[in-house]
Amino acid sequence: MPKNVHLLVGTNKGAFIFDGDSNRQSWTLRGPFCEAWPINHVVADGDNGTIYAGGGNEWFGPAVWKSTDLGRSWTHSSAGLVYAEGETPINSVWSLHHAHGGLYAGVQPAGLFRSTDGSETWRHLDGLQKQPSRAEWMPGGAGLILHHILTDPTDPAPIWIGISAVGVFYSSDGGETWEPRNRGTRQDYAPEGQRYPEFGQCVHSLAMAPGMPDRIYQQNHCGMYVSEDGGQSWDSMEAGLPSTFGFPSATHPRDPDTVYLIPLNGDVLGRFVPDAKAAVWRSKDRGRTWHDLREGLPQDGAYFGVLRQAMATDALDPAGIYFGTSTGSVYVSGDEGESWDRIAEHLPTITSIETLVVEN
Amino acid sequence: MPDTSEATSPSRVTVMLTHALVRLFPDAQTTVTLEAATVDGLLNELDRRWPGMRDRLADTSPGIRRHINVFVDGKKAMLSTPLQEGSEVYVLTAMSGG
Repeated sequence: MPKNVHLLVGTNKGAFIFDGDSNRQSWTLRGPFCEAWPINHVVADGDNGTIYAGGGNEWFGPAVWKSTDLGRSWTHSSAGLVYAEGETPINSVWSLHHAHGGLYAGVQPAGLFRSTDGSETWRHLDGLQKQPSRAEWMPGGAGLILHHILTDPTDPAPIWIGISAVGVFYSSDGGETWEPRNRGTRQDYAPEGQRYPEFGQCVHSLAMAPGMPDRIYQQNHCGMYVSEDGGQSWDSMEAGLPSTFGFPSATHPRDPDTVYLIPLNGDVLGRFVPDAKAAVWRSKDRGRTWHDLREGLPQDGAYFGVLRQAMATDALDPAGIYFGTSTGSVYVSGDEGESWDRIAEHLPTITSIETLVVEN
Repeated sequence: MPDTSEATSPSRVTVMLTHALVRLFPDAQTTVTLEAATVDGLLNELDRRWPGMRDRLADTSPGIRRHINVFVDGKKAMLSTPLQEGSEVYVLTAMSGG
């Protein structure tokens, strides 16, 4: 059965959708949607094709936008997406995750909400606010943002989240209670002897290996890591990479040993691709060895970065790999990263990319 | 200037809503006549007519959102600002963005 592939793109000036087919060579761009609000994450319910876009507008506050017709029309709601009166108000939705019949939303300041009615109303999973370290959380450069949410595809209870400058936290009970899971990840900007704290590490992205929910890959502000025990301990996998800094990570849709990263030139020199030459780095052995993939990517004068949610894979065979840049370009590989095409430039700053594959 | 006076009975007022807000609620109108005793009550009445509108204009500080301005008879208002019979209320976006 022929399939359509839709790229769901969040930018700082609206959501966009690219429509393509399983060849992934010809694309049509639509947008901007969501009234050109800053949109941090766009995801889809793969079962029914409903698209959700989370963001926040300086005038009108946070909301989750929803489209049941592949982006042709949109509604929005933030009912219940609030903290108690008197607390710092939520200013934006940063991450969305559809799982087990519900939709999770991570927000700034960091908190987790869940909707079971298709984003019409939201319930605060307030256990995270009661985590004993909560009062000591300090915002990173982008704020106190909860930007990644993972769940076990076979079990609704476990949840992992990533919060910038705070770290990875895990709940075994659907979000009632939480524990930090940062053992083995570094905080290079702490004084010597204090670089492996219980929390305070700056996670940038998390990616779960397919079929292995205990294997999680992590791109951190300070290094790249893999965990084989659901984040209870992390091992560095940065040897062989050009830097320890980057934002996104993505896993192959079927091979749990294959992971993709886009290292940047460090955190103080502009956060560009190293030497202004773009490369996606792929490991096929769970981070033991790495190979740079450059065919079709700019190898001169590339002064862009790729943000924490701006790389994705699709579920086709061979897998498609996608990333969007801070300078508004979108690159696509239809052959698992071997070669790349730029399918757009001059979009606003790209915050996120996800994929939706539907039967034609 | 803090305004702590309490209006006890609703007044009939005319509300002008910014186009940027009305675009978010396709059924809404830019000029609305309604009854409310305070700006807080006015937002509740707007929300009753167009569910979700209050969240777009006020947050849980509690207060009017930082980049939203509400003027009652030409003066910048707060949630507690009372409304008088025949008041004109403007709900506007502030200069913001990049």
